This record gives sequence, structure tokens and C-alpha cells, in this order.
Amino acid sequence: MTASRSHRLRLEAITHRFGASTAVRDINLDIAGGELVALLGPSGCGKSTLLRIISGFIRQTEGRVLFDDSVVDALSPAERGVGIVFQNYALFPHMSVGENVAYGLQAHKWPRERIGKRVAEMLDLVHMGEFASRKPRELSGGQQQRVALARCLAIDPKVLLLDEPFGALDKNLRLDMQIEVKRLQRQSGITTILVTHDQEEALSMADRIAVMSRGHIEQVSTPTGIYDTPQTLFVNEFVGTTNVLRGEFIEGPAVRLEHGPILPVGPDKAFQQGRAVVVSIRPEQLRFRPAPSDGAFAAVITTVLPLGAQVVYDVALTGGPSLKIAEPRDAEGGLRPVGATVYLAPASPAACNVFPAS
Amino acid sequence: MEADSRLVLPLAAIFTAFFVAPLVVLLLLSLHGDIAMQGWTLHNYVKFFTDPFSYSILIDTLLLGVKATLVCLLFGYPIAWLCARAGARWQSVLVFLVILPILTSVVVRTFSWIVILGRQGLLNQVVMGLGLSNEPLRLLYTEVGVVMVLAQVQMPLMVLPILTVLSKLDPNLADASRVLGAGEWRTFFRVTLPLSLPGIIAGCILTYAASITAFVTQTLIGGARLIYMPLNIYQQAVGANNWPFAAALSIIFMITVMIVVGVLGAIGRRSEIHGRA
Ligand SMILES: Nc1ncnc2c1ncn2[C@@H]1O[C@H](COP(=O)(O)OP(=O)(O)OP(=O)(O)O)[C@@H](O)[C@H]1O
Ligand SMILES: [Mg+2]
Repeated sequence: MTASRSHRLRLEAITHRFGASTAVRDINLDIAGGELVALLGPSGCGKSTLLRIISGFIRQTEGRVLFDDSVVDALSPAERGVGIVFQNYALFPHMSVGENVAYGLQAHKWPRERIGKRVAEMLDLVHMGEFASRKPRELSGGQQQRVALARCLAIDPKVLLLDEPFGALDKNLRLDMQIEVKRLQRQSGITTILVTHDQEEALSMADRIAVMSRGHIEQVSTPTGIYDTPQTLFVNEFVGTTNVLRGEFIEGPAVRLEHGPILPVGPDKAFQQGRAVVVSIRPEQLRFRPAPSDGAFAAVITTVLPLGAQVVYDVALTGGPSLKIAEPRDAEGGLRPVGATVYLAPASPAACNVFPAS
Repeated sequence: MEADSRLVLPLAAIFTAFFVAPLVVLLLLSLHGDIAMQGWTLHNYVKFFTDPFSYSILIDTLLLGVKATLVCLLFGYPIAWLCARAGARWQSVLVFLVILPILTSVVVRTFSWIVILGRQGLLNQVVMGLGLSNEPLRLLYTEVGVVMVLAQVQMPLMVLPILTVLSKLDPNLADASRVLGAGEWRTFFRVTLPLSLPGIIAGCILTYAASITAFVTQTLIGGARLIYMPLNIYQQAVGANNWPFAAALSIIFMITVMIVVGVLGAIGRRSEIHGRA
């Protein structure tokens, strides 16, 4: 079942301009059959535009879209065979749930008897079998989303496009639906693009994440790759939280921070001597040290945030900026007091990411 | 609650004085027997329903409204659809053109239609100039002419409600339809049109009510031989000085119009419940 339904999707050098402004710029993306790729980026970075190009609602200014190995640029949305779940679901309000699901099948001229069977089958798939005669307005947000999914999967699309599908759901329901969508996606083996500006959603659901900024892709990688080895400062700051320290690159390799101390970084970092750089260290990659030792910074705790399983401390470096440091909470639940002087250092030189300062 | 109801009182008083009271007077008047206004009787109502001439005028008037409304819808819906699709600048130009008739005086615009529709009028010159007809078309003083003019004059009442509904429609619905494999026509007939039904109904109610009561247009374009209810009432009251019969005609006309509008409104409310997201 999986292999036959999985279609490869390729974007080659896609650029799109609205008048004089460029909405997406030189996008290259190769998505394997059955893969789930998240497009992650801040508002206005061109995610929806890219989705509309893939579905055929707008024709890109430059570049090509390929499904498997055929160029689909000349095909209309109806001919491309994509399925879209819109952020507001866009169910037809004047039709029942069953009629909504049947709509695409009727448009594809399925025979009547087969439509009935298929609608029942699709509604069962999303556990909405008993709601077939309800109107969309009589459903909860999560139920509407299930119907929207059933409606677009019914016509067996080559590619499934989800535009911020969980944005309108509350937190618990969102998690349920994320699991549900992931299950359906795995089960059907359908190639999927998920648009989101929620990094947790991207990290938990996607096989790969494409982080976008101002119309272009900054990095494409697996969730752990994006999180652990971000290639740009933007990706580092956008995904997860991080501490950013300014300094200059020196022999070592190391970075002399603006407020004085020298911080050794991984041997893979290579910049010109004296180059202005920024060092990024994630809060959980910082460790408390018992005493002032080599390379540990002295700091004073200013805020304590016990966040369930871990505690986040805001600390002010002596003569320098503030940092966030996260530590698992021990069983006794003892917290470090505000105002205490502490010493901290990166877990390892490799935990420091270095980027050229802009 | 009490304060609220007291606030409503002045309004209720005005409403009673200027709307209900004249109606009561009209009703009482219609129950007087004859010109002398003596005694109480249903004579005027009996006369109306037993006189084919009288009630055929009512039927003609109601049908005139239906025709004008249908023509108006036929042209108004595409105009509203174009307005809704046009960019901001074109939309304001189109809307301005559509509401232009409201901005000119009834008499002026009716007379300009006479100039257009007459034997030597603009329309006939164009038609004959193009060789579409050898003889001038008879439009002035015909029902076709009246329907044409009514449809043009009431156009804003049709276009604006439809435009309002169309521009509030979620554009994702049409996109969803297309991506599910539907062409433009299927998308229009299965999604856009049903969802704009509330606007169509509202537009039809307004156009219909305005068309059947358009005394000036009906009379000036229709001439003396085409008689509709407003002119009939006027002639009975002012011409024949038969105020009780004119009053009875008014009451009958009002009630039939209320029934038509009520039925349309009920359909509209049903479609709105269907359409609400
Ligand atoms: N039809 C349009 N005409 C002109 N500019 C547009 C149009 N659609 C989008 N843009 C511009 O293109 C850029 C990208 O928009 P897009 O809707 O793709 O962003 P997005 O990443 O989906 O944002 P969000 O997360 O807010 O939905 C924005 O700067 C937007 O203003
Ligand atoms: Mg968007």
C-alpha cells in the first residue's frame, strides 16, 4: 500500500514575486515518497505562498515543480491531485459531513454506489462514521479537522498539504490531532508537507524540517540535525531557545567574549583570526560548576523558573550579559536561591555553535 | 428591563402616530360603502374580487414585479460577482456605477429613459443603425420597456446585498472545491451560488417591493394604457374621487405584498441557517 501511493515531490529553483516584492526566492527541495516535511518559519516568510505554488493556485515566476519525474507547472489544481487541509478547514457549510467528503469524488465522476462506500470508509478512517449527516457547524474544531482530512484523502491525492492545520485547536486537542495525522500519514504513506510556525509541532511530527526565513530556505535537515547543528544563527534562534554571546574568533579554536573571558569551541569551527562572531549555547548545554575553574564564568542568579521536569535559571554574568541555563530538577526538588553566586561552563566545546556576526 | 422598555416608549408612540394610525384610518375608510362615506360594509372588497378588471391589475402588478426582479437578478448577479472579484480600485468604480441611479432624481432618470426608449430614441437609432431591425422597436408604453427601466433603476438594491454576501465568502471554500477536482462551473453552482442565496433573497425582496410600487416609473414609461396598482389607486382616489375604494385597493395591495415578501423572507432565513458556518 505504502509504496504505490508515495510520490516524490521536487521543487527546483522556485522564485515568486508579487509585483516588485519577492515572496519566495530560489527554493530547492527534494521530498521523497512518503516523507513528511515541515515548512517552519515566522509569519510572512512565504510558507503559504510556496504551498499555493505546489498546489497550482499560483504559477511561480521562475523554477519548476515536479511530481515524481513530471513537471506539473501547466496543470491546474484540479489536475495536479493534491490534497489540502486549510487552516480554517474550509468545509462547505451548506453540506453535511458526508456530502463534504463525497464532493471530490463527485467532481472526479465516481459512480454513485462507489461514492457511498468510499465516504463511509473515509469517515471510519478518521473515526467520524456516526457524524455523516451532521452539518460542519455542529462539530467541534477537532471533528471538523478530521472531516477536512477525510475529504481531501478521499480522492487519493499524490501529495498532502497541511497549512497550519492545528493552529485553531487548543493544546490538548492539538496533541491528539498531531498523533492522529501522523498515524494517517504513516498508514497511507502519502507524501506530506506541513506548514507551521510552531517549532515543537515541526520537531515532533516531521521527518525533515525546512526552516524558512524571508522567502528562502535557511536549512533542511532532520529535527535533531536542525536542533543540534543549526547552520545559521537564524535557525539556531528560531528553533528552541539559546544564549547568544558576542566576541571575536581567536587561535584555539576559541572565542574571546566581549566581556573578557575566553571560550574554547569545537575544532570544526574555522574562522579568520579576529573575525567578529556570535557564540550560541542552548540553556541545557550549560552546566553549573562547583568552583571557579578553568573557563567557568561567575554569575549571579536573578530569576528561578521551575518548569515541571526542569528548572530554568536566569543568571547575570559578572560584567557581561544575562544567560539562561536549564538543569533537570532533582528528586528532592532543591532549587538554587536567587542572588547566589554560581559558576557555569558549556557541557563541551562542541556544544557551542559559532556564527559570523552580521 | 424596565428602563429599557421606557426608552422604547417614545419610539413606539411615533410609530403608532405616523404608521399605525394612518393604516387604521385607511382600513376604516375602506369599510365605508360609497363616496358619501355612509355606513359600514365590505362592499369595496367584494367589488374588487368580483371585478375582473380590478384584480387583473393586481395580478399584472405582481407579475411585473416578478419580471423586473428576474431581469434584475439576471444582470445583477454577474455584476455583483464581478465587483466581488475585482481589485479594490475597480470595485469602487463598479460599485459607483451601480449606485449611480439612486443618486439621480426619479423624474430625471425616468425622462432620460423616455429619451432612450422612444420611437426616435437612442436605442432605436442604434438598433436601426446596426440594421438589426427595419422598423423602430416599440418599447416606450410597453411592459417590456417598464421592466427594462425598473430593472436598471432597482439594480443597486439587487447588487449590493449579493455583493455583501459574496465578499464575505471565505475564498478558501472556492480553492478547496477546485483542489478537490471541481471546475469553475461546479464550484460556482455547488459552492458559490448556494452560499450566496441569502444575498439573492434579500436583493429580490428589495427589488420586488420597490418595482411594484414604483409609481413614477410605471406611469411615465408605461403610459396611460398600462395600469398597475399604484396608478389604479391614484386614479380611484384623485380621478374618480372614490376614496373608500382606493383605500380598499391599498389594503389589498399591501397585504399581498406582505405575503410575497414574507414567503421570500422565510426562504431566505432557511438558506441562511443552511449557509452559516
Ligand atoms: N496575493 C499577494 N499579493 C502580494 N503579496 C503577497 C500576496 N500573498 C502573499 N504576499 C506576500 O508574500 C509574503 C509571504 O506571504 P505568505 O502568505 O506566503 O507568508 P506565510 O509564511 O504563509 O505567513 P503566515 O505564517 O503569516 O501565514 C508576505 O510578505 C506577503 O505580504
Ligand atoms: Mg500562511
